[in-house]
Amino acid sequence: MLKFIDEYRDKRTADLIIKEIKKIKITEKVNIMEVCGGHTLSILKYGIQKLIPQNINLISGPGCPVCVTPNNFIDKAVKLSRIKNTIITTFGDMIKVRGSESSLQKEKENGNIVKICLSTMDAVKIAKENKDKEIIFLGIGFETTAPSVSAAIKHAYDENINNFSTLCGLKTMPNAMLSLITDNKIKINGFICPGHVTVITGSKIYDKIANDYQIPCVTSGFEPVDLIQTIKMILKQLKNNCIKNEIQYKRAANYEGNIKAQKIINEIFEETDSIWRGIGSIKNSGLKIKKEFSEFDAEKRFEIKINDTEENPLCICGDIMRGILKPLDCKLFKKVCTPDNPVGACMVSAEGNCANFFKYSHI
Amino acid sequence: MCLAVPMKLIKIDGINGIVELGNINYKVNLELIDNPLIGEYLIVHAGFAINKINEAEAIESINLINQIKENSNA
Ligand code: SF4
Repeated sequence: MLKFIDEYRDKRTADLIIKEIKKIKITEKVNIMEVCGGHTLSILKYGIQKLIPQNINLISGPGCPVCVTPNNFIDKAVKLSRIKNTIITTFGDMIKVRGSESSLQKEKENGNIVKICLSTMDAVKIAKENKDKEIIFLGIGFETTAPSVSAAIKHAYDENINNFSTLCGLKTMPNAMLSLITDNKIKINGFICPGHVTVITGSKIYDKIANDYQIPCVTSGFEPVDLIQTIKMILKQLKNNCIKNEIQYKRAANYEGNIKAQKIINEIFEETDSIWRGIGSIKNSGLKIKKEFSEFDAEKRFEIKINDTEENPLCICGDIMRGILKPLDCKLFKKVCTPDNPVGACMVSAEGNCANFFKYSHI
Repeated sequence: MCLAVPMKLIKIDGINGIVELGNINYKVNLELIDNPLIGEYLIVHAGFAINKINEAEAIESINLINQIKENSNA
């Protein structure tokens, strides 16, 4: 028995909530977007799309941190790995993603040092243990990861560790969600808001979307009962024409968020425009290291010039992350592109849409 | 990156701790949360505890789940 998990995986409860969903009776098509890779994984793993009425269309947004990281970032990381005496430290999934001409996996096979970390603090530890080397951490992720990257930089600063820096590709959610709404390529009728981004930021970041754009926002947990309940809450709002910003995942998230975590993010980082794979540049949707901490900014510390980046023109990751297409629409899916031989980032990450479709589409 | 399940805090050692899930233990940094206590359930991301599980809210939502089941039996 796993506390706070088993209850939310109970099949009978899920079935009963689905019965209630069917009673809400909305006949028109409803597009509900999840913007968290963890939600994508659960929705596909538990076959939730197949359990709910057909007119409720679940679509994935740009919620997988590895997938939204553009080639340009990978190209920079590859260049950094080739500098003498550097050690690249990164979360695991990043190493398989192909950039324009190489991947970190390939660089590793060529003898450059790339180490996988489970925590940002592992990278700081490697820096302490290898004083003669430059340790570069690849800081990717959303608001959930930003505090741990901030904490690593803060530790390096406080402990005078002068061989540690971060290549920063951190992104923030609210403006990316707004850009999808204003993009108009697909009409989004409701958002399943990312549970662990909200743990840090608080659900207040979705007020604008719910109030000004009249799109239901419900912050959800990750278990099947959580997600089904969240879908029910969104449909109820639509049916009653009473659009709100609500939290289903109250056991972990609240309106204000983790203030301590927000403080440390604001101490180290400031807002900046950021490029999202397949979407392009979105205003104020990323974080950059503040001037005071620029010695920990790998882009300032090393001179790296990259050529124009190239993406595989057949990979439709970008359109998949904007909710316009699904993995099955890609000509390469399963035939050429597989988890063992990934063409695009969405097939690499455990949270990637193509990888999860590959694994669970039979469910 | 994101182990989206709550894990039980079983040991505290300065800013670090050990959390447990099933029979597996993980090292976790505790500096982003206030006053961690042994036995509490934590959400862990990239090696950091990012919040505690709010037990009162969890119990309320489990009660709600049980109510749905009871209503269906009635
Ligand atoms: S299946 Fe592969 S090539 Fe096609 S969109 Fe997904 S990642 Fe890109």
